[in-house]
Amino acid sequence: MSEVVLKPKGIIDIMVEAEVINPDVFAGKTTSEIEQLIVWQGAKQLQLCDFFDVEGSAGSSATDAKIIVRGNVPRVKHIGHGIKAGEIVIEGSAGMHVGSEMIGGSILVKGDAGSWAGMEMKGGTLHITGNAGDHVGCAYRGSWRGMYGGRILIDGNARSQLGGGMSGGEIHVGGSVENFPGIRMNNGLIVVKGDAIRGVGAQMSGGTFVVSGKIKQLSPGFESIGTEKDPKIGETVLTGEFIKFTGDYALSKTPKGILYASKDANEEV
Amino acid sequence: MISKNIICPVCGASCDDIQVDYDGENITVKNACKMGNAKFHEIVSHHRIKEPQIKENGIFRKAQWDEALDRAAEILVNAKRPLLFMGSETSCEAMEVGLHIGEYLGALVDSNATECHGPTAMGIQEAGRVGSTAGQPKLRSSLTIYWGTNPLESMPRHMSRYSVFPRGYWTKRGRFDRKIITVDPRKSITADASDLHVQLKPNSDYELLSALLTLLHGKKPHPSVEEITGVSISTMEKMMEMMKNTNFGAIYVGLGLASSYGKHRNTEIALNLVKELNGYTKFVIGALRGHCNVAGFNQIASSLYGYPFGLDFSRGFPRYNPGEFTSVDVLRERDVDAVFVMSADLVSHFPATCAEYMLEIPMVCLDIAPCPTTLASDVVLPGVIDAMECDGTFYRLDDVPIYFQPFTKSPFEFTESNEDTMKQLFEKIKKLKPN
Ligand code: SF4
Repeated sequence: MSEVVLKPKGIIDIMVEAEVINPDVFAGKTTSEIEQLIVWQGAKQLQLCDFFDVEGSAGSSATDAKIIVRGNVPRVKHIGHGIKAGEIVIEGSAGMHVGSEMIGGSILVKGDAGSWAGMEMKGGTLHITGNAGDHVGCAYRGSWRGMYGGRILIDGNARSQLGGGMSGGEIHVGGSVENFPGIRMNNGLIVVKGDAIRGVGAQMSGGTFVVSGKIKQLSPGFESIGTEKDPKIGETVLTGEFIKFTGDYALSKTPKGILYASKDANEEV
Repeated sequence: MISKNIICPVCGASCDDIQVDYDGENITVKNACKMGNAKFHEIVSHHRIKEPQIKENGIFRKAQWDEALDRAAEILVNAKRPLLFMGSETSCEAMEVGLHIGEYLGALVDSNATECHGPTAMGIQEAGRVGSTAGQPKLRSSLTIYWGTNPLESMPRHMSRYSVFPRGYWTKRGRFDRKIITVDPRKSITADASDLHVQLKPNSDYELLSALLTLLHGKKPHPSVEEITGVSISTMEKMMEMMKNTNFGAIYVGLGLASSYGKHRNTEIALNLVKELNGYTKFVIGALRGHCNVAGFNQIASSLYGYPFGLDFSRGFPRYNPGEFTSVDVLRERDVDAVFVMSADLVSHFPATCAEYMLEIPMVCLDIAPCPTTLASDVVLPGVIDAMECDGTFYRLDDVPIYFQPFTKSPFEFTESNEDTMKQLFEKIKKLKPN
């Protein structure tokens, strides 16, 4: 596997859009060709080497290319946007849209990720070891279909609208989420180990949502249909006793969404 | 001289029956409400900004018009990523020039919806809207629902012009042929004037609407909704019956819905409710827009560039993503380095971190009277008062364009209107930075 190392240079004021940081783009390019790739800062087109020291070169195909971003890049947006193959490792926090619309390959963010990570992704793996912003794996504004496939793993917390419009794939969150996770989801699986504030699975028509912690405000269109111990959803096995709901009856008369909420944490529900 | 049928340039009602007696020094206004009346008196106010100003070493000095325009153009051209904020108290024509400047410079262009009914526009993109012009409910509506708004204080003539008191063909007895429901956590004077006040807990609108839809789908909402919203399921059922059994219902949403927690998701589900109510009776929904032409920017930006607010032209084509390209977010994230503000007081109305950042970066302001934003600016351009001193177009709350004519002239020799100022500024920008 051939490696390209990008070392961030200095402080970035206006955010940079660098969807070129993508194994598909790097493949078959020499170090100096990579350095000259175009990135955007405001309306200006600049070169990747204005913001990064580039070392190494990518192999001939994206599949065996690995890009390592050595440091924090919270002001660099769109890293790995639309990635089809290969690997990106960010050794720090990433800006908005990391892995947006990704199709394959893998992205590891060893830190926090900004909003819109993995937006409408179709395949591949996106792993965020820290916290994530809003709209992770979500549909774009006005769209009803979000993530179609692939896996998103978040070790920390995620904020609002996680997995909105989800149509396939899986999202696992180690920590807690905020408002409207899984809104309008119609397929796929979301597992949240921690708590959720409100709107969990709101307007969902299919798919499965699991909350192992507490749901502060349950959406009123969910109907409890009993409890289940250690439920198994596809490959995923959950431990503990869960209240099982169907919904969201606010969306239609025949919704097929399933919501599991930990029985212990949601006693009053 | 007495002028009739003047348009009021204050709130989204765009009242078109104002009578003005103005002799250059004194003004008498008829038909306007308190808010409208006060604004007409701006024309004789001693506050008025009368000349261009430039700040040097922290102190304002008088400037020549050309000098101030040159400085404004320089600020915008030299910025890596300027933000143009088209406030709503001016004409669509002026805003349009701002949008074109934004496209020319690859800048961000935004408007007041970003801090008010933006979530309503976003909700409409999610769900679609069953709407109507104001005349429909005026003539037909037998049920008026004010949701998260207090029009008796924020749009004082709404009830009398558009919704409750007019005697329509199908509502011959005016108020007596209509019912009012107000949904508001506060006991406002509008709530007092209503037949049913649904006093929900703050930030529980989504759950209330969701429960109403669940009822409509023949299911009982989960009992926890009573605790969450503070509204009993029996009250919800009563409300649902009133809605299903009316001949023509109209919901007017305010910022209580659009800007409480839940934001565009609140609007989205309200729009879904209205769509489904049309399976039982005729129902429409619209927003009570605060400022006179706040709807205008959404209309012209959508028609010219495809998106209603928060447009980013940096990549040469319009992009839209509230939270990424909207004013509050780019200022909080320090992702712009110069601001041009027209007819809006951003320093007062934006969060403190944004206001602080605006003090750090170069700013140009076009306005009629001093405010914290003009004080924080490096260049101040005097504004012309639309609908009083120049003609143009506003969009009313129901997105109907209203052409307005002035009853006097611009007090300045150097500009006829804000549109004129914007055009002159655009020429300067083109000269400094040829395409
Ligand atoms: S209701 Fe609004 S538009 Fe009508 S007079 Fe009052 S402020 Fe002006």
